[in-house]
Amino acid sequence: MSLVLREVRYRYAGSARAALDGIDLILEPGTVLGVVGANEAGKSTLCLVAAGLAPATIGGRLEGTVTIDDLATSSARPHDLAQRCGILFQNPATQLSGTAATVWEEVAFAPRNLGLPLDEIVDRVESALAALRIEHLAERDPQRLSGGQAQLVALAGVLVLRPRYLVLDEPTSQLDPLGTRLVGEALTGLVEATGAGILVVEHKTDLLAGLAATIAVLAGGRVALSGPATDILADDALEALGVEPPSRVRLERAARHAGVSLPAAV
Amino acid sequence: MLGVIVGSATAARIGRAFVPYLLATIPLIASILLVNTFLYPGATDRIVVLGPIAPTWTGLEAATQAALRVVAFAMSVALLGLTTSADHLVADLERRGAGRRLIFVVGSTLRMVPRMIERAVEITEAQRARGLDTEGHAWRRVRGIVPLAGPLIFGALTDVEELTMALEARGFSAPVRRTAIRTFPDSPGQRIARWVIGVGALALLALSIGGRLAGLP
Repeated sequence: MSLVLREVRYRYAGSARAALDGIDLILEPGTVLGVVGANEAGKSTLCLVAAGLAPATIGGRLEGTVTIDDLATSSARPHDLAQRCGILFQNPATQLSGTAATVWEEVAFAPRNLGLPLDEIVDRVESALAALRIEHLAERDPQRLSGGQAQLVALAGVLVLRPRYLVLDEPTSQLDPLGTRLVGEALTGLVEATGAGILVVEHKTDLLAGLAATIAVLAGGRVALSGPATDILADDALEALGVEPPSRVRLERAARHAGVSLPAAV
Repeated sequence: MLGVIVGSATAARIGRAFVPYLLATIPLIASILLVNTFLYPGATDRIVVLGPIAPTWTGLEAATQAALRVVAFAMSVALLGLTTSADHLVADLERRGAGRRLIFVVGSTLRMVPRMIERAVEITEAQRARGLDTEGHAWRRVRGIVPLAGPLIFGALTDVEELTMALEARGFSAPVRRTAIRTFPDSPGQRIARWVIGVGALALLALSIGGRLAGLP
């Protein structure tokens, strides 16, 4: 039982070049898989394919197989996958439905679509807001939020479906350090509490260092490096692949270069 | 119809709020009155002769009918806008079992307008920061619209694609009835009034089609 990509090749409609070119990845429940890479490496495309939205909603050609708990995404419709795999996009403005009067109703959008009973919707919405500590936003207009607040609301709108897997495309791109830490804590808590598997694309390797157990580095639509997070984030090849190592790794390198020994606590 | 609108507006205590809407119809009504009263084709029953032009009773009657229709239409739209928020309209449509696509189109359209305006302002400010002149002479303003239109339209189209994917991922196409979360008070009096207005409108429509009200506004 896991989210599995086998020999996945994906080409956007009208494009001659494959955005993903032979991807093999496994996301186990209860683990966090970090994905990093330079721009145009295929990270966002990987998110769409893993969540079953490509090619189902945007067309294109998919080769290989993507399965979510043994259900092939090619044989399921997106709404069938909604409670199995949630996805969060970079831009919260397009993640929000644009039809809700309050944040509470925005978060309730997805479970309402699935026709869940009202008392269950109330319970789920309250839990999702509490998980991200944004209960105070419940009565606010979703169109009048800051970028960071909107991102947290968008994430709550995904968490509310309690999917077994989460695909997050740069969930902290619009968040300040405090918001970033909050999301990191919420995701860690989510994994511990629900056993969800999370695939998270992130440029902030400091966040991944404390969150992900494994890391995959994409380059040109392929997995260039993958393995335990501590090994990959300290790999000398990381910078050449367009990824900045975490601050701890950079500090250690700088200290080593200067001949300074750091205390073990660093 | 005007009687129904006035009665509804009085019950809702929004009489004063109608004034700007009424004022907004003045240019259109003035042009209707002038054109019809003075230039009604084939009318010979002159009210008075003013040199080369002469207003006619037939033209004045036609102008009055048309003007009343314009006022009734404008006031009915104003009545809806003043008494019903977009959120309540969408929620009530939903409660009555309207399709989720119709509800989404209505709801998102009503909420999209202010967002598009905000985006236009942002793009204008960005273009101005790069030295584009968007003020002053009318021709300069027209030229300023061209670089604004591209980002606004293409940005909106890109948004639509992402929004579509996000909606699908949130179960928008699920083939079940959407859970309603709002209810509105609906007294017996309101229900009776709605039925009376609806049946009355249909009766008037039938009579009008039958020609019995041909001479009335």
